[in-house]
Amino acid sequence: MARGHHDVGGLPGVGEINQTEHQLSDWEVLADAVNQALGVRGIKRTDELRRAREEMDSAAYHDLSYYERWIVSMEAILIEKKILTKDEIDKKLAQFETKWGEP
Amino acid sequence: MGRAVNEASARFKLGDRVKVKFEDRPGHLRTPWYIRGKSGWVERVYGEFLNPESLAFGHNGLPKKILYLVAFNQTDVWYDAAKSRDKILVDIYEHWLEPTGGDAP
Amino acid sequence: MSDQTEEHGHDHPKHELSHYAKRIYAIRDLLIEKGIITEKDIQCQIDYQEARTPANGAKLVARAWIDPAFKARFIADPKTACAELDIDATAINEFVVLENTPKVRHMVVCTLCSCYPRPILGRPPDWYKSFNYRQRSVVDPRGVMREFGLEPADDVEVRVHDSTADIRYLVLPLRPANTEGLKEEDLAKLVTRDSLIGVMDPLTVLPE
Repeated sequence: MARGHHDVGGLPGVGEINQTEHQLSDWEVLADAVNQALGVRGIKRTDELRRAREEMDSAAYHDLSYYERWIVSMEAILIEKKILTKDEIDKKLAQFETKWGEP
Repeated sequence: MGRAVNEASARFKLGDRVKVKFEDRPGHLRTPWYIRGKSGWVERVYGEFLNPESLAFGHNGLPKKILYLVAFNQTDVWYDAAKSRDKILVDIYEHWLEPTGGDAP
Repeated sequence: MSDQTEEHGHDHPKHELSHYAKRIYAIRDLLIEKGIITEKDIQCQIDYQEARTPANGAKLVARAWIDPAFKARFIADPKTACAELDIDATAINEFVVLENTPKVRHMVVCTLCSCYPRPILGRPPDWYKSFNYRQRSVVDPRGVMREFGLEPADDVEVRVHDSTADIRYLVLPLRPANTEGLKEEDLAKLVTRDSLIGVMDPLTVLPE
């Protein structure tokens, strides 16, 4: 038996809580809104996304930020439900990156 | 508070001493690791909810499960907790609970 | 392809975003192209979220402090009490109010993820979602409270709620002493977001 990486209640080894707050970036606001919109449209349930986060790579779970984890899990569920494919997301992203321009 | 629950269908009632099952299985489980195997008592019977373990995999969440607010003494959860009257309260589904037997420590 | 997200908050040049941060733009566009969601859906959610702030919680608490009958209704049926004050709590599946007393302090956490009464208070603070808070709050709530300036006496019972299911909890903090003369809107200013989560008591003096 092993506890999931998300199941952290009572784990030791952390110091003081960092109380600084950051204002959400545009991409975080968008991730939040897309997530909510998918829920309202009945495309996904909250527990599906939670499960996807529990299933994601453990190192990534710890390293990625909160909304990055949301994006990873949203993508996983959308692919699982055959609504999107990884390939088309990659291709769309490549188009964006060309438009945004790499320095 | 909460949905009306048919008395006959709820296995536990207010004040019942219960133990959280010490088990694990694959899937989306909402019973935290630290509380599994611990004993407490029912503080509220919240009523029926769709089962998240089923919803997480795109199923319909049926049959609904009865959700309880279960209270635990901190000193019964953490072996090295300082003596106090502090409590932990966790929302736990009925299928994760069993009555504490008379012989339980 | 569209690139018309309303600009809110802090904006980085897009090419500097992390890999996953960038991906949401691709996902958004594809979902709209395929008719899964619309731009309006997205904007609706942005607006919905921005309309929700801790001021809602403060308003409820201030009214509860002043009006014992409202307080009783708020505790018995929080969603209906919210509607009385034009606060829309309908998205909360089950809403429970935890009343602090001189001998009891409540604190709320979601150790498994970040469950929080968003329809009332808006988004949770970063620290509430942090591994640190999720790990420590159940085992060392007094240590956490101390960091926020709250040190309950030994004869005060600290009750930590781990919000693992559909119940969303809001702490009803204790009204500070010597506030009898304050107007309701001033009382609301004493009710911080963090006192609604339970890591601290309300302010005892009005903020500047």
